[in-house]
Amino acid sequence: MNNWQRWHIDRPLFLALSLLSVVGMFVLYSASGENSMLMVRHALRMALGFAVLVGVAQIRPETLRRWSPYIFAFGLVLLVAVLAIGSVTLGARRWLNLGIIRFQPAEIMKLGMPMMLAWLFARESLPPKTRYIGLGGAIALVPILLIAKQPDLGTAALILGSALTVLFLAGMSWRSILAVLVLAAMGAPLLWAHLHQYQRQRIATLLDPTSDPLGTGYHTIQSMIAVGSGGFFGKGWLNSSQAHLDFLPESSTDFIFAVFAEEFGFLGIAMLFCLYLFIIGRSLLIAFYAQDTYTRLLSGGLALTFFMYFFVNIGMVSGVLPVVGVPLPLVSYGGSATVTVMAAFGMIMSVHTHRRIITH
Amino acid sequence: MSGTPIKDYLRESRLFNSRILVVVAVITLLVLVLIGRLAYLQTIDHKYYATLSNENSINPVPIAPVRGLIFDRNGVVLAENYPVLTLEIVPNQVKNMKTLLSELGKVVTLNHRDLRNFYRQLREKPHFDSLVLRNNLTEEEADRFAVQRYRLTGAELHARLERYYPQGALAVAALGYVGRISESNTKVIDNADYRGIEYIGKLGVEASYENVLRGRSGIKKVEVNAEGRAIRTLDRIPPVAGENLYLNLDARLQSAAEQALGDRRGAVVAIDPRNGGVLAFVSTPSYDPNQFVDGISTTAYKALMDNTDRPLLNRALDGRYAPGSTIKPFLGLGALEDGLNPNKTYYCPGWYSLPGSTHRFHCWRWREGGHGVVDLHDAIVESCDVYFYNLAVHLGINRIDSILDEFGFGARTGVDVPGEFRGLVPSPAWKAAHGLPWYPGETVIMGVGQGAVLVTPLELANATAMLADKGVGFQPRIVRAIENPTTRVLTYLKPVPGRTVALSNMNDLKVIVQDMTDVVSSPRGTGYLMGHDAPYKIAGKSGTAQVKDMPASASYNAKKVAENLRDNAVFIAFAPAGNPRIAVAVIVEHGGFGGEVAGPIARKVMDAYLLPDHPALANAPKHPRQAPHHAG
Repeated sequence: MNNWQRWHIDRPLFLALSLLSVVGMFVLYSASGENSMLMVRHALRMALGFAVLVGVAQIRPETLRRWSPYIFAFGLVLLVAVLAIGSVTLGARRWLNLGIIRFQPAEIMKLGMPMMLAWLFARESLPPKTRYIGLGGAIALVPILLIAKQPDLGTAALILGSALTVLFLAGMSWRSILAVLVLAAMGAPLLWAHLHQYQRQRIATLLDPTSDPLGTGYHTIQSMIAVGSGGFFGKGWLNSSQAHLDFLPESSTDFIFAVFAEEFGFLGIAMLFCLYLFIIGRSLLIAFYAQDTYTRLLSGGLALTFFMYFFVNIGMVSGVLPVVGVPLPLVSYGGSATVTVMAAFGMIMSVHTHRRIITH
Repeated sequence: MSGTPIKDYLRESRLFNSRILVVVAVITLLVLVLIGRLAYLQTIDHKYYATLSNENSINPVPIAPVRGLIFDRNGVVLAENYPVLTLEIVPNQVKNMKTLLSELGKVVTLNHRDLRNFYRQLREKPHFDSLVLRNNLTEEEADRFAVQRYRLTGAELHARLERYYPQGALAVAALGYVGRISESNTKVIDNADYRGIEYIGKLGVEASYENVLRGRSGIKKVEVNAEGRAIRTLDRIPPVAGENLYLNLDARLQSAAEQALGDRRGAVVAIDPRNGGVLAFVSTPSYDPNQFVDGISTTAYKALMDNTDRPLLNRALDGRYAPGSTIKPFLGLGALEDGLNPNKTYYCPGWYSLPGSTHRFHCWRWREGGHGVVDLHDAIVESCDVYFYNLAVHLGINRIDSILDEFGFGARTGVDVPGEFRGLVPSPAWKAAHGLPWYPGETVIMGVGQGAVLVTPLELANATAMLADKGVGFQPRIVRAIENPTTRVLTYLKPVPGRTVALSNMNDLKVIVQDMTDVVSSPRGTGYLMGHDAPYKIAGKSGTAQVKDMPASASYNAKKVAENLRDNAVFIAFAPAGNPRIAVAVIVEHGGFGGEVAGPIARKVMDAYLLPDHPALANAPKHPRQAPHHAG
């Protein structure tokens, strides 16, 4: 048993995450306009993220399983609290202020949702009965609706996505999947009626960004200019004119990938994709080798949630998805998201490193 | 369940693994979509976007609006803007910062503080922003820079407007000041409202009328070259200037009060009882707000903080003091309303004891053997404490509290500057909440405004104004009118009704006002010296509030007692008594006797308002830069 194993760290995954964080730091340094204060804050958050990763990896999967419903319930209580007493930032009520720290309870749900559903479906053998799927769906909808009410539609959609992946991995029958899809298609007009004006505008903009070039289309147009002007080899590090001349909004948070694409070009993108796909692939492999239903569903669900972040963010930056506030995991500056992602990888590592040696 | 556990396990694994394979297929598909999209943008469409990127040289630059001016009620300028030249650097355009700074140092004076501030911005702000290196360039420096500019790439001259308070420390308690937008500000403001704006109201009227004064930013579309340097302006949406404020405040009263207070700590609040307009709002010692505009230096700030006179405390708004005997007219009026016969007398031997107790509550004239037989009139005119000890016990604590509550004590007045504190009207319930019992002796001393009871100077002035205006109260207002800077149209703010005392018998009020008039006009009155010779009729009441309990046996000699143990001097007054136009409350910390110390200050303030040609006003601020269109 080597040192990595003793600390319950999966070496390939850990090294890939570290490499990604370092790449992220370089991109952020450029995107923030060489702002060293911001870099210090980001580095501290990264360090905290890695500490959380190592800490969580020490927890046995069995313990995680027992905690699952409680973590979910705790997240639910905080979501209700944030609607009641949370602080309002830019018109949305997402933050809970606990004196020294401010955080978004939705972050807890990003972990709590896959944990809860994995726990639920691991109670009986797979595939789950329709009754169980219905129960899981009902449980999942409560936090999703609470988050949508904040309003934070982007996060609500992602948590819905993570719930659906767990349902899918659990072996939900293709017929049920079809039923859900049909239901979703029928519900779409209903949802459209309930969207805020700015949310509708964002979707309309996706179809034709030039329809409102200085309003909602501005983000998408400037971001596509950044990506496109990067070309095959890119303009070189610290040479993103789109970000530095202040055309590209949110350049150090949600649109940081545009800065990366402008500076490192298609070549850089290909390498960054390899890194992300390696992390996702390794996590799925861990799910593949996992020994019981709970750990399989948990690690698989978390891996796919990570992929969804990656996909939605880059889809948004390259103009194939509407503008939703989703950061590029481990690269974007900001918030509690980094810590959540690291905690998720801590769980995945725990699943892998606490396997029993069995033969059958 | 079907089958054996092993069989189940294998079946589950197979199911899960097949699902994983589907997932991998979907991921591959989605990634191919992304890759395809990105490849398309970066290879086939690259030329198109590269052109757009190069043409992306039209930069919208915000233009800060002119902040509204602030005038006193007669048009004296209290806050204005003056243009300053600043030297700014865009770090991204600089090849070698050290060389540039040392070159600039030869052209303009750069001191240690300028450099430190600049390096701090360099750490905290994006490097494509224009960062201020030096403020307030002289014309000579600007000329020298202009000549050398061609070799100082990255540095530019900018003209900015900076806030200036020409009257200095005058009226800072009401005006407040602006300062650079801080991190705590950015959390609460909408950045869209502050494009290109560097300053925000931090205190006083500058803060509470921030949205009126600020104006709206304009936008200038500037063509920039590849390095981001502006080449020419293409389009311009002009900014909208902020609106001007005319205050109720009168700079003459303000300066009369500040001069009268001198170097003593204290507060003066004067209110027009007819509409709640605040005529004077003074807290001394004051300080110069100009030093805060561009960020106060650490040493200057430390000096203000370490000053034992605490100049940064806004005493008029946040100072809390025992009202002393100035509470008597309010209690007297309440008792009359309850049916007290004004001719009822009590005997004052110089002290009062509760039945069954030997503790003696002293009257301030106990050494002369007391006031003898006194009725309500005498008790107010001569400020007999024993009468009011008796009255307090007669009223009971609950009734005392309800009287004070009606006059707005212990509640915020609703003045239009932020950060107002409340006084304290103690009650048995309040003490019970602290786990303490209410002692009968506390009721006794409430009769003379001592004990736990506290008022702010603003509350006291507000209550005095209610007394002057037949019980009708208004929320005090510092600002009188808002002026549109282009049309010059003045919009007067409507007086806002406040708490009002429902008097059942106007005669009761007349009795109290008569008594208060005699405080000043009767030779036996405690306010005789301050106002018997005034050409208008004053109604007043003195107060001398103990700061510390003195043992009854100790002989009190104000001159000998250490300064910080000396009584607070308090005075309230309104005039002309028949038709009041001004109500004043004065508090001088550790001043001594209210009638002797605080009274004359109240007099000077009233003189300044009611006798505008008084010689004492010769050196008050005058010469309005522009008079309001219809001052009245």
